Amino acid sequence: MTNSYESQVENQWCPGCPNFGILTALKHALAALALPSSKVCLVSGIGQAAKLPHYVGAHVFNGLHGRAVPAATGIHVANPELTTIVTSGDGCLYGEGGNHFLHALRRNPDITVISHDNQIYALTKGQASPMTRRGEKTRLQFDGVEVEPSQMLATAIVHGCTFVARGFAGELAGLAELFEQAIAHRGMSVVDVIQPCITWGNHPVDWYRERVVAIPENHDPTDRHAAIELALEVPDRFPVGVLYHLPARETFATAYRDRVGSEPLFRLPLIDRRVIDNHIDRLTIAPAEAAGR
Amino acid sequence: MMDRSLFIVGAAGEGIQTIGDVISRAFLRHGYPVFTTSEFESRIRGGNSSTRLRIAEEPLNSPRPDADVLLAMNPRAQAHYAPSLQAEGLLIVSEPDATAGLVIPFADLAVKQTGIKLSANAVAAGTLAAATGLPFERLSEELAEAFAKRGQEVLRANVAAARAGYDTATHQLGSRLPEQLPGRSARHCFASAHDAIPIAAAAAGCRFIAAYPMSPSTGIITTFAKHPDLGVFTEQAEDELAAINMAIGASAAGARAMTATSGGGFALMTEALSLAGMIETPIVILVAQRPGPATGLPTRTAQEDLLLTIRGGHGEFPRLVLAPADPQDAVYKTIRAFELADRFQIPVILLTDQYLADSFFSLPRLEIPKDAYQPYLSDPISIEDYKRYARTEDGISPRLVYGQGEHTISLDSDEHTEAGHITEDLETTRPAMVAKRLRKMERLRAAVQPPIFDRVEDAETLLVGWGSTKNAIAEAMLALRNADRKVGTIHFTEVWPLPEFEWPADREIWVVESNATGQFAGLLEQSGVRVSGRIGRSDGRPIDASFLLEAL
Repeated sequence: MTNSYESQVENQWCPGCPNFGILTALKHALAALALPSSKVCLVSGIGQAAKLPHYVGAHVFNGLHGRAVPAATGIHVANPELTTIVTSGDGCLYGEGGNHFLHALRRNPDITVISHDNQIYALTKGQASPMTRRGEKTRLQFDGVEVEPSQMLATAIVHGCTFVARGFAGELAGLAELFEQAIAHRGMSVVDVIQPCITWGNHPVDWYRERVVAIPENHDPTDRHAAIELALEVPDRFPVGVLYHLPARETFATAYRDRVGSEPLFRLPLIDRRVIDNHIDRLTIAPAEAAGR
Repeated sequence: MMDRSLFIVGAAGEGIQTIGDVISRAFLRHGYPVFTTSEFESRIRGGNSSTRLRIAEEPLNSPRPDADVLLAMNPRAQAHYAPSLQAEGLLIVSEPDATAGLVIPFADLAVKQTGIKLSANAVAAGTLAAATGLPFERLSEELAEAFAKRGQEVLRANVAAARAGYDTATHQLGSRLPEQLPGRSARHCFASAHDAIPIAAAAAGCRFIAAYPMSPSTGIITTFAKHPDLGVFTEQAEDELAAINMAIGASAAGARAMTATSGGGFALMTEALSLAGMIETPIVILVAQRPGPATGLPTRTAQEDLLLTIRGGHGEFPRLVLAPADPQDAVYKTIRAFELADRFQIPVILLTDQYLADSFFSLPRLEIPKDAYQPYLSDPISIEDYKRYARTEDGISPRLVYGQGEHTISLDSDEHTEAGHITEDLETTRPAMVAKRLRKMERLRAAVQPPIFDRVEDAETLLVGWGSTKNAIAEAMLALRNADRKVGTIHFTEVWPLPEFEWPADREIWVVESNATGQFAGLLEQSGVRVSGRIGRSDGRPIDASFLLEAL
């Protein structure tokens, strides 16, 4: 009911966590877009990042670990009037939910996916995430991670996602601007936010700050190869800004919406009784004219 | 009374289902109800499959394990199914065989008549018509309908092929040719439970299905996709986890939503089943059972997932499990599933099986009640300070969905406050929320329909079953009564929570179900019922009356 997006829920994050930067930037973006609270639905899975929806005065769907994207897809299909935003951690979105992320890219629902990318599992106290750099020691991979990190932004670009960006939680203004663009973009938009974990992470915030670089001004965000190259610079450097941005392509459920209109599904009238009766007739076999006479 | 059993047997890919369908429909055109079951292997070509027709004057909608007429498309299938043929039965084959009553070279005749080998199916159908007293006109009318979209040439070829089969069989049968059956005026609905369920779901306001293909459940989403006028959004999900989470998301945003799967897929869904219980979001999950464990027998039938649907999902939350008995009952249960899911804000499981999915019943016109849709969403205008999980006397909180009004709504899989926000208040909130969720169970139990009693009054022995076995048990009961055994039946179609009703005293109670461990019998025993014995079948075939008579 308010446009301040303030929430009364007590925040459980560690004091000083860069997640606060993401929270503030998101509220700024929502305000800049003048979206009413009752038209914004924040969807998350499980993890520290996944608590974010509770800290915003808007709709909340805090579902299962890894399943935020399918839930958001269902919400978007049922009510396209809502601005549906997924906000969850890299473990939730790329690990447990990796398969859903891939297929959501194919579907292109009109949702925004914000990944709090801290390269660690924080709520379970310090195991590797799919984004942890090879060789880094964790509270489970004691001798260092033995596998390569995922390259999910490059994956998003390869799958034809039309808005792919990287942000830095320590750079509020730029992040809010990226969120605003992503939310305004029609179709699935992905923003991976570098969010140093100050409790379980292997590197302090400054280590990240030194490696965060702006995307070169002459980068053409419609150039797929250049965008992939920028995406792949991680984990050595973190180029932030819009990597890839194409005009919107057809979004998920367009064919269905062309048939039934754009109303939320709960507002659609019941299917006409004649349609139901026709289907019963379809299953009915009448005796032939000659028979039974 | 007429009760004729036809088996059409062959390899996958030989068109036996097509032949069965054409003959079934032709008999229905002649006013005779047909019950058709299919048995097939999990493969696209080869193996042994059968389509079985049971033709009568009044519907006999339960399977017979034996055949009066056996039409074999190949020698291997002939050898496999020959033991099912009655001593006086008629064997129809395509290659010379001393034991056969009819030898009709289906493919050769087809090629000779039409030049098209594929018309062998039409030759076989014509042969069956002659051998069963079905007038050729009914068959040609049915062929005209079946081939309407394929052009006049294809139709003419198939009718000619059918005619050749019919004439050759008539000639060969000579004096053994059965009299033509008189036409009847009865009109029937010919449908499987899975044909009926999508129509009922649309009538009940369903607008969303996401599912991952899995036999024998795939027909549900396919029907919605094939018939866009039913108004249901369909999506083939990447896996069952996505399917159910999409459906729950859609439901949270106010759409009546469902998913459909089989046991293995449901096993994957159980985490989200628990989610639906926790966030009190309605969802209908159709579980079409097949034999397990693991991949088991993908194209056969079973009732092995009762306990999985009742106990599946971590934590404690109310749910409802409905097990329809036939296509008409499936209509009622589908409507109840959506209604009760909404009313109690719970997951509801519609528990069918391969037998219900792939068997075609002859019924009077399917009835879909006019009041199939009952709305349960609250009015946002009437609520000032909205709390999604407001504590109420019956545990059911007024439900609003995203975007319904100005209120913001919070759904949380964590333990939550009345406002739907994460909490670890173990002193007050947790106990209150546990009690609130479980309080819904009391009303729910009262809403569950009692089982169907049939000839219980004077019965000394009661056959107790659930779900798809109803007609087979009834048939066995009548046969036993004819042999002066005082038998009655009690049949459950709403299986969890167990309905509350008075059990008749001092009867022998035999529980019948398609599993090896007596899952339902165990539930009854836990509730204090004294079970005298169990009859189980777990070979993948449906329970039929003769199986029961043998077991008793």
